[in-house]
Amino acid sequence: MNSKRRETYLVLIYCFVMALLPASHGQSTEDSQARALLVELVLGDDDSRASTLEELANHGDPIIATFVAGWRGGQVLRDGDDTVLLKIGEQYTDLLTGVATQANPENLKVNRPSRKLRKTLKRMVDLIDLSSPDLGKRIQSAQKLGLSQNPEYLPDLKARAALQTDAKVKRAFNEAVWISELSNGTEAEKLEAIKALGSLKSFPARDFIERCVSAETEPTAELKQASQQALQKIDSHRALIDVIGTLFRGLSLGSVLLLVAYGLAITFGQMGVINMAHGEFIAVGGYTAYMVQNWFGSTYGEGSPLYGYYFLVAIPLAFLAAAVVGAALERGLIRFLYTRPLESLLATWGISMILQQSFRLYFGAANVSVSSPPWLAGSLSVGDFSMSNSRVALIVCVLFVVIGTRLLLTKTHWGLHVRATMQNRQMASCLGVPSGRVNMITFAFGSGLAGLAGAFLSQIGNVGPSMGQTYIVDSFMVVVVGGVGNLLGAAISSMGIGMVDQGLQPILGPVMGKITVLLMIILFLQVKPGGLFPARSRSLDD
Amino acid sequence: MGHYLTSATQLLRLREKCDLGIMALIVAVMIAMPLGNAWFPSESTLHVSGFTLGVWGKYLCYAVLAISLNLLWGYTGLLCLGQCLFFALGGYAFGMYLMLMIGELGSYGSKLPDFMVFLGYEELPIHWRPFYSPIVAIAAAMLVPGLVALIFGTLAFRSRIKGVYFAILTQALTYAAALLFFRNDFTFGGNNGFTDFRFIFGADIRTDATARWLFAASALLLLMVYWLVAWILETKLGKIQRAIRDSENRVRFSGYSTTHFKVFIFVLSAMIAGLAGALYVPQAGIINPSEMWPAKGLDIVVWVAVGGRGTKFGPVIGAIVVNLLKSWTTRAYPESWLIILGALFVVVVLFLPNGLVGWWAQMKSKWNQRASSTPQTDAATA
Repeated sequence: MNSKRRETYLVLIYCFVMALLPASHGQSTEDSQARALLVELVLGDDDSRASTLEELANHGDPIIATFVAGWRGGQVLRDGDDTVLLKIGEQYTDLLTGVATQANPENLKVNRPSRKLRKTLKRMVDLIDLSSPDLGKRIQSAQKLGLSQNPEYLPDLKARAALQTDAKVKRAFNEAVWISELSNGTEAEKLEAIKALGSLKSFPARDFIERCVSAETEPTAELKQASQQALQKIDSHRALIDVIGTLFRGLSLGSVLLLVAYGLAITFGQMGVINMAHGEFIAVGGYTAYMVQNWFGSTYGEGSPLYGYYFLVAIPLAFLAAAVVGAALERGLIRFLYTRPLESLLATWGISMILQQSFRLYFGAANVSVSSPPWLAGSLSVGDFSMSNSRVALIVCVLFVVIGTRLLLTKTHWGLHVRATMQNRQMASCLGVPSGRVNMITFAFGSGLAGLAGAFLSQIGNVGPSMGQTYIVDSFMVVVVGGVGNLLGAAISSMGIGMVDQGLQPILGPVMGKITVLLMIILFLQVKPGGLFPARSRSLDD
Repeated sequence: MGHYLTSATQLLRLREKCDLGIMALIVAVMIAMPLGNAWFPSESTLHVSGFTLGVWGKYLCYAVLAISLNLLWGYTGLLCLGQCLFFALGGYAFGMYLMLMIGELGSYGSKLPDFMVFLGYEELPIHWRPFYSPIVAIAAAMLVPGLVALIFGTLAFRSRIKGVYFAILTQALTYAAALLFFRNDFTFGGNNGFTDFRFIFGADIRTDATARWLFAASALLLLMVYWLVAWILETKLGKIQRAIRDSENRVRFSGYSTTHFKVFIFVLSAMIAGLAGALYVPQAGIINPSEMWPAKGLDIVVWVAVGGRGTKFGPVIGAIVVNLLKSWTTRAYPESWLIILGALFVVVVLFLPNGLVGWWAQMKSKWNQRASSTPQTDAATA
């Protein structure tokens, strides 16, 4: 790699990291406005309070809820004529500035709201999240109020629904209004609401629509028809979402399998080595992620924003760690066994036992916890369908691995050597391919992929001494079904196995689903004993 | 019995002598150990405790299991990673009989086995009913594994799955079975399996006398299986078997249906493993699905490899040595016994490709060479 290129890469990486760092927040103006209003509320008389309240209602600041709770609980104190303190625990803070202060308890006078005010306040707190600056909170609050079907909130919801600009939020507000109308509206409103909810394909509304119709003593034919149509729309949408969900879970399971099996497809398929310790390379990757996490935790502290980026460091390190162990294994043991594949199985089984026990001795027998960085912990939702970020990241990563491996094998010099060595080790060696080194690097690469898989699995599963054992049988199946020595076959078969497994699970349950998949694989090999893409060879005994 | 080729007569005689010696050894152990338990008082150094008898009885069952795998892997070239499945199936079949013999002595005082009461069964499931009879149980311990092997073997060998593929498929098979047996609603006790046995053939299973009989039965089974395998090797079947191992295509081109031979050997081996399992369960006192976990299947392969694959006595040595080592290291080095065992496998594979028995032969031929400096014929297959 020349230096100019390297620079480009560095710039790219820098941009990537910077894009991910969260924008820093200052104290927003919204916050100080709300505080000023609250102080006014405490200091003002009944007349001014009414107008202050109205103004407050348009703020969705979290401080309001804290304040109201404190006010009712006698934790709001007046210090002199114009300073208001809020007591949280044993600590006083100035309400206006939010700064912690010292105060002499003798000068303080507890201030409580009047009874009339309390009622208004409660309503305000309930409605407060409706104007929260956080759109997610706003949606949640609207849904909650809508589902409660409390007539008190209906006018507020209606008024605010019209004000919303964000499409998602508007949808949630409308949904809430209509659901509420199902119990509080007039006949015509109900009908409209049912139709609207139907075309909205709202899942939470389903039960309410049914209840609304059954609550009528004599539902009109129109109402009945509308509700039937609406229910049908919702149900078919639900079915669609379920199918998409199954597909996504299948894709995600398939990606896990693929990531685990791809390394195996290289070491087992291309090199003919049955590596029973492959699962332990996965564990090496998982434990690397764990150690990197701990290192970040002790160096930067768990609260620091850098801590969340430990995972970006863990991914390449997991690959490297597993690759190094793999290279050592190849040099120290496997190279003596290329002519005896079944015995490589035994020796690597021994290695697998040694590694597992070493993990147990070093990290303890229990699973260790690897936390998800915040940017991987959330979920991505498209319409009514949400996917967890870590799984999306996994799928993307698998895509990169597949494409990257393909390019490495077909476009690079090393790839040419690998393919030559795998086709005929002796012939390649005769033609000047340094087959010993090629073998080592290939094995290290396959092991590294397992380490990579381990790092990702740490985000969606457990990291423990025997974590590799969970995947080893499955990944061997993937390679066999795909056709040994065929990476494309491994990719297709892992996706297929993932999809079938997830498709069967809702019907048969997880265990029976898995058993059925295994039996289907056995039957599949009846039809195609060499897998999806059998290796072609002129040799009789291959 | 066998085909005697004149050139090999001498070698065969030697082999037969070896066989007789080993069989005599087994008989001697079979008689000596129970007698040591019965005759000598517990203070005596010659006393063999009931516990020791039970442990060695289990090892003998393991030895039978190892022979059954060797029949497949050592002589037919079919590496089966699911031999533990047949062993466990046999164990479960006989375990069903033992469970029913507990009668009303279980903790719920019901006629049903405890786990069924726990799971709310009203009456015995239909497939359990015949197992009041020990004969049915023993027959099932052979037939069920045999049937599984027949179906799986026919499917696998018909489509010419072999070598590594066969190994991986058998591993998947035992994995699937283990998952199935872990389920509570499969009526085989879920992950707790069967335990707390009381009676066998009307006798209390916990007495020394029963332990003696069970030990003797295990030794007898080992003797018979050893003899059976030795006999098969001398027959035409045994020759075809080894020919399949060495070059299956040549055998097929010579007009033999290798599929049928392979299926036959596979079924036979599964039945032997099932019987070993049936004898193992009353001595171990427990059977659960972890017995068919893929790791167990690999263990058996390791025994055979350590003892010497493709040798008659190797599997027996391997099963006993590895298990002795395992029980010693788990006590002496509870933290690192897995590391010791793992290292042993690596060393055996790297330096003793023919196992302990092969090593012995290597040493002997080296010594002979040095003594007489004449090349020796291959007397390695003891």
